[in-house]
Amino acid sequence: MADRRLDLALRLRPYRVLLASRAHAQMQYRASFVTDILGTVGVGLAEFAEVWVIFHNVDVLGGLDFTAALLVFALSNLAFSLADMFVGHLDQLPRYIRAGQVDAFYVRPLPLLAQLMTSDLSLRRVGRLSVALVALVIALTTADISWSATTVCLILLTIVSGTAIFSALFTAAGGLQFFLVDGAEFTNAFTYGGQYAAQQSQQVFPDPLRIFWTFVIPTAFVAYLPTVAILDLPGDHLAPPWLAWCAPLAGALAWAFGGLCWRFGTRHYQGAGG
Amino acid sequence: MKTFWLLVKAGFRRHSTYRLALLAGMTTNSVFGIIRAYILLAAIASAGASIGGYDASMAVAFVWWGQALLGTVNLWGFAEVKDRVRTGDIAVDFLRPLDPQLAYLAGDLGRAGINLIGRGIPAVILGALLFDIAWPPSGVSWAAGAISVVLAVVVAFAGNFVINLLAFWLVEIRGITLLWMITGGLLCGLYLPVPWFPDWLRTIATWSPFPSMLQQPIDILAGRVVGAGIATSLAIQLFWVAALLGLGQVVLRAGRRRLEVQGG
Amino acid sequence: MSIIETRDLVRDFKRTRAVDHLTLAVQPGEAVGYIGANGAGKSTTIKMLTGILKPTSGLVRTCGIDPMRDRIGVARRVGVVFGQRSQLWWDLPLRESFGILAAIHRLEPSAAAARTARLVEQLEMGPQLGTAVRSLSLGQRMRAEIAAALLHTPELLILDEPTIGLDVLSKQRLREFLVQERRERGTTLLLTTHDMGDIERLCDRVLVVDRGRLAFDGTLPGLAATVGAQRILVIDLAEPSPDLTDVPSTTLVESESGGLRQRLAFDADATTAAAVLAHVSARHGVRDLTIEEPDIEDVVRRIYAASGRS
Repeated sequence: MADRRLDLALRLRPYRVLLASRAHAQMQYRASFVTDILGTVGVGLAEFAEVWVIFHNVDVLGGLDFTAALLVFALSNLAFSLADMFVGHLDQLPRYIRAGQVDAFYVRPLPLLAQLMTSDLSLRRVGRLSVALVALVIALTTADISWSATTVCLILLTIVSGTAIFSALFTAAGGLQFFLVDGAEFTNAFTYGGQYAAQQSQQVFPDPLRIFWTFVIPTAFVAYLPTVAILDLPGDHLAPPWLAWCAPLAGALAWAFGGLCWRFGTRHYQGAGG
Repeated sequence: MKTFWLLVKAGFRRHSTYRLALLAGMTTNSVFGIIRAYILLAAIASAGASIGGYDASMAVAFVWWGQALLGTVNLWGFAEVKDRVRTGDIAVDFLRPLDPQLAYLAGDLGRAGINLIGRGIPAVILGALLFDIAWPPSGVSWAAGAISVVLAVVVAFAGNFVINLLAFWLVEIRGITLLWMITGGLLCGLYLPVPWFPDWLRTIATWSPFPSMLQQPIDILAGRVVGAGIATSLAIQLFWVAALLGLGQVVLRAGRRRLEVQGG
Repeated sequence: MSIIETRDLVRDFKRTRAVDHLTLAVQPGEAVGYIGANGAGKSTTIKMLTGILKPTSGLVRTCGIDPMRDRIGVARRVGVVFGQRSQLWWDLPLRESFGILAAIHRLEPSAAAARTARLVEQLEMGPQLGTAVRSLSLGQRMRAEIAAALLHTPELLILDEPTIGLDVLSKQRLREFLVQERRERGTTLLLTTHDMGDIERLCDRVLVVDRGRLAFDGTLPGLAATVGAQRILVIDLAEPSPDLTDVPSTTLVESESGGLRQRLAFDADATTAAAVLAHVSARHGVRDLTIEEPDIEDVVRRIYAASGRS
C-alpha cells in the first residue's frame, strides 16, 4: 500500500516540480505580482457588482433571490478561477508553437497536454478566486439551508465537477488552436461566455438555449443546477433538483469532448507540420 | 488636415486586414449579447414593465448597441503609446509635423471606423434579428447618435492617451491601466445601464468621463434620451472631449520636456 | 539493432516533398554528420525521428521504436539539441533547469546530482549555474543545452546546428567535449551542420542530403575525393614572387598583387595544408596564410551533379 502511494508521488513529481518553478518565477516580481492579484480581485468585484446592481432593482431574477443568485455567482466564479489558474493558458498555444516550445515538449518523456498545462500557473487568478470564496461563504451562511452530509457532499462534488467542466472547455479551446489562426478570441467567446452563462439563473434563457447550456456546453451544471438542489428550490422542467448530482457525469463527458478536440489538434500538428 | 485624413485611412486599412479577428469578435459579441439581453429582459419582466426608464425593447437596444460599440470605442486602452514612451521611440513622434496626440487620434478614428463597419453594424443587425429592438425614433436621433459615437471614440481615446503618457514618469503603469480598465468597464454602462445603479454609484459615474464613452451614445440610439436631453448629452460629451484632449496636451508637453531633460 | 533506421521515408508538405525516399541505418556508437543546403530536409528528418512529424509514408525507427507509437519511449533514450530553439527555462537560474529536467526524466536524485556535476565540470559551466538562461552568451547557452540533453544519459544524441554563431574557441571546446563523451559512453551522435570543421573533428560518417534525397553516404575523405572538392590555402608572401606552380599536389588558382598573395588549391586526400605550407615556406618567406574550406553548398552541388538526376 505504501508502495502504491510512493509510486503515485513519484509519477507526479515532474509536474509538481514544473508547477513549483512557475510559481516561484511568478512570485519573484513581487510588486507586479501583487498588482496583478489586485487586478483580478477588481475583476471579481466588477462581476459581482453586476449581480448586485440588478438586485438593487428587482427582488427576484429567474426564480432566484439575491442570496441564491450570490450562490450561483460564487460557484461559477470559483470553478472558473480554479480552471483558469491551472489551464487557462492553453489558448496561448500559438505563441508556444511559434517559439518552438511545442517541439521541445515533444522530445521530453511526458505527455504533451500535461506539459502544456504545467507550463504555466496563473497565480494571479487567486484574486478572483478569493472574491468567489468570500461570496460562497456569505451565501452559504446567509441562505436557508438544511445542512446535512449530503449537502456538503453535493457542494464539494459541484466544485470539483465545475472545475473539470471549465478545464475541459479550456482544453477543447487549446486543441482548436492547432486549426485556427489567432483563434484565441474565437474560443474565448465560449470559455468566458460559458462562464458568463454559468453565472446566471438558467431560467432567464429560453428553452432551446437552456438545452444548449445544459447538454451541449454543460455550464448549467457548474452553479445553477447545484444551487437549485442545495437550496431546495422547486426548479422546473429543465432543472429538476436531482440533475445536480449528474454534474460529475457532465464533467466526464466534457472531458471526453475536450480530449477529442486535443487529439485532433495534435494529429493535425504532426500531420501538417508546424 | 490632409495628413490627418491620410492617417485615418491608414488606421482603417491596417485593421481591416485582421478579418479573422473581426469574425472572432462577432462571435464574442453574439454570445455575450444574447446572454446579456436575456438577463436584462428577465430583470425587466421581474420588475414590471421598465427599470430606470428602460423598457424591454430599449434594454435590448442597450445590450446590442453596447456590443456594437465595444470594439469601436477603445475602452480597454492601447499599449502603443506607453510602449513607445518606454522604448524612447516617442521622440520620433515629436519630430513629425503633426502633433502626436492628433496623429494617434487619427489612427484611432480609422480603427474605430473599420470596427464599426466590420463588427458593430453586424452586431446590431444580429440583435435586431433575434430580438425586438428599439430603433432611434427619428432622423434627429440617428444623426445625433452618430455624432455621439464619434465623440465617444474621442473621449475614450483622450482618456487612454493621458493614462499611457504616465509612462513618462512611472516605470510600472500596469496597476493604473488595470484600474482604468476595471473602473471604466463598470462605470461606462457596459454591463448594466448607469441609470440602474444605486444613487451613490450613479453619482460617481456621472462625475467621470466613462459614461460619455458608451452610455451617452447608446441612450440616444436606443431612444431613451430625446429632444432637449440629446443636447445636454452631447454637451457633456463635448465637455469631456475638450477637457481630456486639453489635459492630454498639457501632459504631452510635460512629457516632452522631461524627455528633453533626460536626453531620451 | 540499428539505433536509427529509415526505409523509403517520405514527407510531403503542401507543395514540396521535403524528404524523398530516404533509406539509411545508423549503428550504435557511430558519429554521423548530416549535411545539406537549407531546406534540404535535415530538420524534417529529425522531426520524424523524434515523433514531432508524421511521415507521409515509409518506415522510421529510433532505438528500435516507432516514434509515432511511442514518442515517450524515444524521448527517454534520445537527447536532442535544437540550435535555434531552447529547451531550458529562460527566466530561471541554470541549475534550476537541470533540476527540473532531472525530475522530468525521473532520475534518481543522487545519480542526477552526480551526472549534473560531471557535465557541468566537463563543459566548464560552474560559474554560470546561478545565472538566468536568458543572460547567458550564445556559447554558454549551447554548452548548457548540450548538458541538458545529456543529463539522462541517452543512447543517441541529435544535434541540430549546434555550433552556429559560435566563435572559434567555443566551437573547439564543444567538439572536444563531444569527442570525449563518445569515447566514455559510446553515445551515438547525429549532427546536422553547415560547418565542415564540425564534420572533420567529430564524424566518421557523412550523409549528404539534397532536396530530400540522400546523395552521399560515406566518409569525409571519400566525400572530398568523390567530388574533387578542394581546400584552398591562401598564402601572403613576404615579397612579390613568381607563380607557385611547382608545389606538389596543388593547383595555382590565382596570383594577386604581382605574386604577393597566391591561392593554391589541393585535394584533402592528396596532401595536407601543413605539407603545402612547409613546401612553400622552405623556398619563400611567408607572412600570413588562411585556409578556405570547400563551401558546403558547393560540395553538395557537386555531389548532386555527380550522382545525377534520376
